[in-house]
Amino acid sequence: MSNTPSTLFDKVWDAHVVRHITNGPDVFFIDRHFIHEVTSPVAFLGLETRGLKVMFANKTFATADHNTPTINQHLPVKDPLSANQLKALETNSGKYGISYWGLGNPKNGIVHVVGPENGITLPGMTIVCGDSHTSTHGAFGAIAFGIGTSEVEMVLASQCIMQPKPKKMRINVNGKMGIGVTPKDVVLYIISQLTAAGATGYFVEFAGEVFEQMSMEGRMTVCNMSIEMGARGGMIAPDETTFKYIKGKDKAPKGEAWEKDLAYWKTLKTDAGAQFDKEYHFNGADIEPMITFGTNPGMGIGISKHIPVSHETGSGKSSYEKSLNYMGFHEDDAMLGKKVDYVFVGSCTNGRIEDFRAFASIVKGRKKAEHVTAWIVPGSHIVEQQIKDEGILDILTEAGFQLRQPGCSACLAMNDDKIPAGKYAVSTSNRNFEGRQGPGARTMLASPLVAAAAAVTGVVTDPRELLA
Amino acid sequence: MAYDKFTVLTSTAVPMPIENVDTDQIIPARFLKATERTGFGDNLFRDWRYNNDDTPKKDFVLNNPIYSGKILVAGKNFGSGSSREHAAWAIYDYGFRCVVSSFFADIFKNNSLNIGILPVQVSGEFLNKVFKAIEADPKTQLEVNLPNQTITILATGEKESFDINDYKKDNMTNGYDDIDYLQAMKEEILTFAAKSLY
Repeated sequence: MSNTPSTLFDKVWDAHVVRHITNGPDVFFIDRHFIHEVTSPVAFLGLETRGLKVMFANKTFATADHNTPTINQHLPVKDPLSANQLKALETNSGKYGISYWGLGNPKNGIVHVVGPENGITLPGMTIVCGDSHTSTHGAFGAIAFGIGTSEVEMVLASQCIMQPKPKKMRINVNGKMGIGVTPKDVVLYIISQLTAAGATGYFVEFAGEVFEQMSMEGRMTVCNMSIEMGARGGMIAPDETTFKYIKGKDKAPKGEAWEKDLAYWKTLKTDAGAQFDKEYHFNGADIEPMITFGTNPGMGIGISKHIPVSHETGSGKSSYEKSLNYMGFHEDDAMLGKKVDYVFVGSCTNGRIEDFRAFASIVKGRKKAEHVTAWIVPGSHIVEQQIKDEGILDILTEAGFQLRQPGCSACLAMNDDKIPAGKYAVSTSNRNFEGRQGPGARTMLASPLVAAAAAVTGVVTDPRELLA
Repeated sequence: MAYDKFTVLTSTAVPMPIENVDTDQIIPARFLKATERTGFGDNLFRDWRYNNDDTPKKDFVLNNPIYSGKILVAGKNFGSGSSREHAAWAIYDYGFRCVVSSFFADIFKNNSLNIGILPVQVSGEFLNKVFKAIEADPKTQLEVNLPNQTITILATGEKESFDINDYKKDNMTNGYDDIDYLQAMKEEILTFAAKSLY
């Protein structure tokens, strides 16, 4: 080992390079491969065509999430195409001996929620999944990123992918955050500063007091959305918060294995003096509750601000106008007071227990606005159970909300949970792309607190006004 | 997947000067339910291409008969968003073999290279020249030369070089893919796995 200071990212990456190809990619070893029903069937088909087997079934975990309904999960899935994909996942998992959490399994839920909460995700791992929000797992000090179906096939066949090593970026946020400012606001703020392509080609380490003080749920929210600024992934050095979260989880190491792993995890941090290709510094005190006004996650502003007037020229100007036209908004509009038709709380970004606690903190003692349709969707059955055990369900019910069953739901609207064309939704999910939540749907991304404020007032509202 | 070899492609191009085209636009999520990789071309840019009653939107470029070809020329930050390879399949299935832009999202770029679409990243300045040339004459031919790593506007002779790593270039020109490579190093991977922590 050399004494050159290295970054957290380098330490994990370099430990997983099986072979480096000159002027080419690294052959990169994968510790955990998560699969789901949408991006895996064609990969299994490819394996079969080539006559290959799954190399390490014990490093592969399957869950059904993208297509699953959020009501009546005990009944057969109505959409025949969705049912077909779900069946394919079950069949393929069975055939190759892969651990499978399908509908009805108490461990079932969104892949990026169930991995961490069951102790499958651990520091220093390399984790991939055919889903861009695999970056979520970086919250544990893992290198985790989304891959395409050809790469899913590669990992099934060889437990490796071929990747050029990305450049390194560090984003530091220090200082004290204000009341009502959540991890979702931190990440929406960073993306608004860097733009939706500002970190393309980079792997990001989030560092500084704000992340050190953040819960694991919050760190997952931040790393989840690192892909939304174009980054391959984001990561945060593991610390006592991380170790405490993992300890005792179902599949986490126990006894001697725990001690051995813990000793290793404690080495996973960026050395003083290590070099990054790019570095940013932000002040936590500058961050307000955020909301997006456009059609990519970089188009976000503090909730009390007005929509920026575009200073762009050429196709940049027309793309900006196209985006505002789609939303039915105008330059210099205030966001506060805009009518909201739908509220969605859930997804791999904000479908964890902390998010429902935050939502409940505002709706408690209030009533759902009459015209608002609210979809409250836990990220997993474990989260669903926590909601019940902690009395959050009672608060929701009294306020006029119903709890649905776990899944990706309206985040990408592959199931029946679609926002109708032209309607406005405040969503705690990760993407406000055109049609993302249903054809013609208009999405404003925000934190669970902003979602709660909108759900009880029926308009975009600053949650700080409703906090006790 | 084995795909056709890519060496020199000379073709007219379809211009789409829109920035931040995300994969939800290229292929909306509701069309991701197939369990095979073909047939996605019909739904390429579905919501930009068709009205709710399935009639074509006249002002969308794919519905304009004066533009055609195997090259799609797109605005900055093409292919951001979801990791769905279906987006690349849809582009391939529709008949494009090459996408030109001044900036690509990472996963889209990887997916494209893995299935035989060449993403050609050019400067913003050159991209504007290409848009202008096609605007002036929709029959403008572009030559994408992978062995030389150049793209040329044939009418004007304007040319720019593009980057691609040697390994991927070899794959594309020979029609190989990564799985062929990885299968050949199976023992090395097994040895590595035996000493890995997890």
